[in-house]
Amino acid sequence: MGGLEPFAPENLSMKRMGILCCCILTLVLTSLPIRAQQTPASSPVTSSAASPASSEPSKAVADKLNQLDQRVTAAQSSADNAWMLVSAALVLMMTGPGLALFYGGLVRHKNVLAIMMQSFALMALITVLWALVGYSLCFGGNGPVIGNFQFAMLRGVGVIPNADYAATIPQLTFMVYQLMFAVITPALITGATAERMKFSGTLLFMTLWFLIVYAPMAHMVWGKGGFLNASMGGKFPTLDFAGGTVVHITSGVSALVCALYLGKRVGYPKQPMPPHSLVLSFIGACLLWVGWFGFNAGSALSSGGLASSAFVATHFGAAAAALSWSAAEWLKNGRASALGAISGAVAGLVAITPAAGFVGPRSALGIGFIAGAFCYWMVTKFKSIFGYDDSLDAFGVHGAGGTIGALLTGVCARVSVNAIYGEGKPVGGLDGHWGQVGNQLVGIALAWVFAIVGTFVILKIVDAVTGVRVTEDQEIQGLDITLHGEEGYNLEA
Amino acid sequence: MMKIEAIIQPSRFESVKDALLEIGIDGMTVTEVRGHGRQKGHTEVYRGREYTVDLLPKIKVELVLPDSLVNRAVETILKSAKTGKIGDGKIFLSRVEEAIRIRNEERGESAL
Repeated sequence: MGGLEPFAPENLSMKRMGILCCCILTLVLTSLPIRAQQTPASSPVTSSAASPASSEPSKAVADKLNQLDQRVTAAQSSADNAWMLVSAALVLMMTGPGLALFYGGLVRHKNVLAIMMQSFALMALITVLWALVGYSLCFGGNGPVIGNFQFAMLRGVGVIPNADYAATIPQLTFMVYQLMFAVITPALITGATAERMKFSGTLLFMTLWFLIVYAPMAHMVWGKGGFLNASMGGKFPTLDFAGGTVVHITSGVSALVCALYLGKRVGYPKQPMPPHSLVLSFIGACLLWVGWFGFNAGSALSSGGLASSAFVATHFGAAAAALSWSAAEWLKNGRASALGAISGAVAGLVAITPAAGFVGPRSALGIGFIAGAFCYWMVTKFKSIFGYDDSLDAFGVHGAGGTIGALLTGVCARVSVNAIYGEGKPVGGLDGHWGQVGNQLVGIALAWVFAIVGTFVILKIVDAVTGVRVTEDQEIQGLDITLHGEEGYNLEA
Repeated sequence: MMKIEAIIQPSRFESVKDALLEIGIDGMTVTEVRGHGRQKGHTEVYRGREYTVDLLPKIKVELVLPDSLVNRAVETILKSAKTGKIGDGKIFLSRVEEAIRIRNEERGESAL
């Protein structure tokens, strides 16, 4: 297990990282033929003309029908696109400032900027990677495990919809919406490495993790041809509406691996390290709750009934989990805490993520209720049994919550909510299709395996190139001063 | 000249300040401090982890007075700061060598 690494000067590790970046960039650029961006027409996909007419009045009617058809389609597209653009914004807000504040308040004040900087840096870094190759690796081609380079440099990604994924919205919208998921997923991992990971190491780690763990998982579950894709005939169709496996299990389990590899913070667990500002965490948690409507309801990729269903399920899941975590705490400690309530809500949101567009409101309450209590147990009892320093409970909430949520999705999914396998075809356990739970297990297992193996390999690479852990001195002084040359609060200024 | 250092409950500070003002003492230095004597702290719990907080917030009031005012000031503080419970605080007295007003470099008791 990794402990404190010998001191490597920041400028030496930056040099090594710079060389590695140049190599990757050269490889990527030289393997792609550069073609001009497609400039498509401005109108959305229209349906074909009505039946040909043999006489004048019929032709006029047919033309009129055709026109109406086009306008209805355009209206639907407008509604869908409006919702999807808002959703994309909401999901970005979940990272900045949602997660930044939530995590920021939980660390000690000497590290508040460092943790926020990690989320913010990812907003920038992942965006560029997504444009270069990320979108393509996730949603290009039709391979079972990974995409291809057809959309590299966003070639061919314009206003014309990609009918494979979202036929009523410009592909640009779909692309930018999915980008926000790719941003927040690695950001979740920073919770486990908080207060002791090098910034340079974080950047390199996230770049590799995005390419090696996130992209394959996203492709397998959501990409055309993906092996686990439930809506496109994958071999082991895993129901994951908005990312229980792709986002939460991968990041949560990876977080655990990182926490174990990096080792415990100096002084943990004897030295008290309470959150420096639960006020910030509270604000962050509320932003996460609201933003999650974009995350889950936006995953309907349309503005109709399915979005409503997912919206409601999301909200109910959060509410039930906040109550059950608080209840568990009240029973255990004699009182409910603010941190417990907001953590419960987040746990519920995590668990409902894979289920949102597949389950009804009552199931959502049930899933939330279970997740709140389960995650409470994970971050208190389970964590203290094994003693790992998952500083901000990324594994306890996201890894555990995502796993239980994905399992319960298999149980509670209903054809009446989402006829994903076709009209009348049973979806989940409550429909009688208990085999779905088996499929969920396959998806969950794959997510765990990818996360564990991928993260371990990446950590080894990063350790060799930039180093992962800061020095003990840096850790004690605080990352804001030592890594970023700033203080979060200059209250005497 | 004597210095009075009074460590008191934060909730009593306003009445101590007002009471001192009433007897003609309006110069003081006030600091927010943490500490404890025999008063126990409390326990905070964050996600199942317990933290004992045994350094409690107090207010420290420092006054430098001519000898003639010291006894009255001490009595005033005692009366206004007391709640009768553990944690009320303490008063310390010490002798002061010299006092100098920065504005006009006046020295001695007239500088107070």
